[in-house]
Amino acid sequence: MKTIYLDNNATTQVAEEVIESMLPYFHDAYGNPSSAHSFGGQIAGKVNGAREQVAALLNAMPEEIIFTSCGTESDNTAIMSALANGKGKNHVVTSRAEHPAVRSLCAHLSGQGYRITEIPVDREGLLDMEYYEKSLTPDTAIVSLMWANNETGVLFPVEKAAEMARERGIPFHTDAVQAVGKIPIAMNKNVIDMLSVSGHKLHAPKGIGVLYVRKGTQFSPYLIGGHQETGRRGGTENTPYIIGLGTACELAERNMKEENTRVKNLRDKLENEICSRIPSSRINGDVLKRIPNTSNISFEFVEGESILLMMDEFGICASSGSACTSGSLQPSHVLRAMGVPFTMAHGSVRFSLSIYNHEEEIDFVIEKMPAIIERLRSFSPFWKTAESV
Amino acid sequence: MWEYTDKVKEHFLNPRNAGEVENANAVAEVGSIACGDALKLTLKIDEAGRIADAGFQTFGCASAIASSSALTEMLKGKTVAEAEKITNQDIADFLGGLPKEKMHCSVLGQQALEQAIANYKGLPQEEKKGEIVCECFGVTDEEIERTVTENNLSTVEEVTNYIKAGGGCENCHGAIQELIDRVRMEVKPISRPKLSNIQKIKMIEETLEREIRPSLKLDGGDLELIDVIGNRVLVATRGTCAVCKASEQTLKNFVEARLRELVWPELVVEEVVQ
Repeated sequence: MKTIYLDNNATTQVAEEVIESMLPYFHDAYGNPSSAHSFGGQIAGKVNGAREQVAALLNAMPEEIIFTSCGTESDNTAIMSALANGKGKNHVVTSRAEHPAVRSLCAHLSGQGYRITEIPVDREGLLDMEYYEKSLTPDTAIVSLMWANNETGVLFPVEKAAEMARERGIPFHTDAVQAVGKIPIAMNKNVIDMLSVSGHKLHAPKGIGVLYVRKGTQFSPYLIGGHQETGRRGGTENTPYIIGLGTACELAERNMKEENTRVKNLRDKLENEICSRIPSSRINGDVLKRIPNTSNISFEFVEGESILLMMDEFGICASSGSACTSGSLQPSHVLRAMGVPFTMAHGSVRFSLSIYNHEEEIDFVIEKMPAIIERLRSFSPFWKTAESV
Repeated sequence: MWEYTDKVKEHFLNPRNAGEVENANAVAEVGSIACGDALKLTLKIDEAGRIADAGFQTFGCASAIASSSALTEMLKGKTVAEAEKITNQDIADFLGGLPKEKMHCSVLGQQALEQAIANYKGLPQEEKKGEIVCECFGVTDEEIERTVTENNLSTVEEVTNYIKAGGGCENCHGAIQELIDRVRMEVKPISRPKLSNIQKIKMIEETLEREIRPSLKLDGGDLELIDVIGNRVLVATRGTCAVCKASEQTLKNFVEARLRELVWPELVVEEVVQ
């Protein structure tokens, strides 16, 4: 059975070009960039080449790029660094829709005596900017807001939010894991201090990430060790993965247009067709202020895990914000923060596309979804009652 | 992704008895859409008290649908008396087991069955008994106690897996732990295994040394274990005890009472004169 992969916000396929570029650094050019001999030392130049490729995608300077192991490490490093340099300030501002990499850390910090403010979102998943402005206080040590939401794709106005923080002298971090590669990022035109990137969301492998730290930002390392990354992140450089991420960033820059035209059109076709063919379905999140690859659709009166398993029978991969898929008993915190009713939240499915998806795949999904939902509704105790109303 | 057995997958993909039974005379609706799973069970019970037909309608995950399908299969052809004996564990076993986080799906089936039988018997729909402990999922202390007892649960996490209590805001975790502790105190077996003579002697010696001799020695007395014959514990008094007029009292009220409590309850302490 052919796999139709529409779960690219979970992880992506590593691009052929990326694998190709990495291979020499496992076997032939395996040296340590810190070595004095040229066999190892020459690799440092390659690592810096990758740094330039990443910087180019972000419109940043190479020296502002720190390689890390993943998005979570980048998020943790940014927030902990701001707290370490916060001169005793103990207030953290974040949102209700953050990824666990930030959310769980904030919950942990709350237990250690930090005051955490979670900015609410509206029904469309958009940030309450008035609430945000009021939350910025003289004891705020850091603001951390995601650029694009992993579940709905909804964008937060982080550039504007960063300016508001800057005016008050508060450092600003954004988890841009879902945004990088999908929308243009211009660090030379905004005042965001720190930004997290995850390799495996943009066709690089898992296990490599980046923390952008604006030049001049006070910084304390999270991993303390050797002098790697100019003393900002200890640990021998993961050279093949760094090289791979560099290639992936270059590809992403090249594919940005396609992402925002062809991929976006496929996404739009998918959700429009599904919503018009399946009654009592709706899109979660603002349809305009979104990254181009993501669609979160709720099907009323059926449960997400059941939908996913039926889709799985056809080789279709997606994910759900239902309680049962997450292993918790409550549906996704993002959908709950948006006030999506329970009847809708349990039956949510997230489709996330990539440049490797084709129209035939989307057509196949459009063809299969109505029967799947209809079948599950046929034995849902709520469907008939709802239908007769 | 959950690791479901082939049987769970099979019952999910090809559920048996989906839909409503016509002219049902035993109907139950449990769960709610807010909780993430709900089951409507309809049974047709014939004049002989045998379940002639069973149907389900379920909103929920794959294991909730499979559990409902399994339950209806198990019920068909059974008498009401036989059906009443079905437990949530039976439903899980029928499916070759459920992931522990999904045990609440089988509990949902059992709850529906109970309610359907009550409905058939014309019993008034029971109000939820007890006080609500978990506000998020509306679970009472009696429901938690019952589930802990029947499934021999020992942690809050297990309780959450079985009946969802504690799976929301988590504010009730302390209260659930207290309920677990209370139930487990009550069910702790008090039956003592039969002791061999050597074990008896060893335990008596230990108890004498730890609990009894120190008190006697304060008054300059002592005690020696001579023999154990069945329930008879033969001791000899030493030191001041040997000449003390109250030693008989001490042996009965203190030594025997203490040994009965700590070793085995039927023993009798006898003084031997050597």
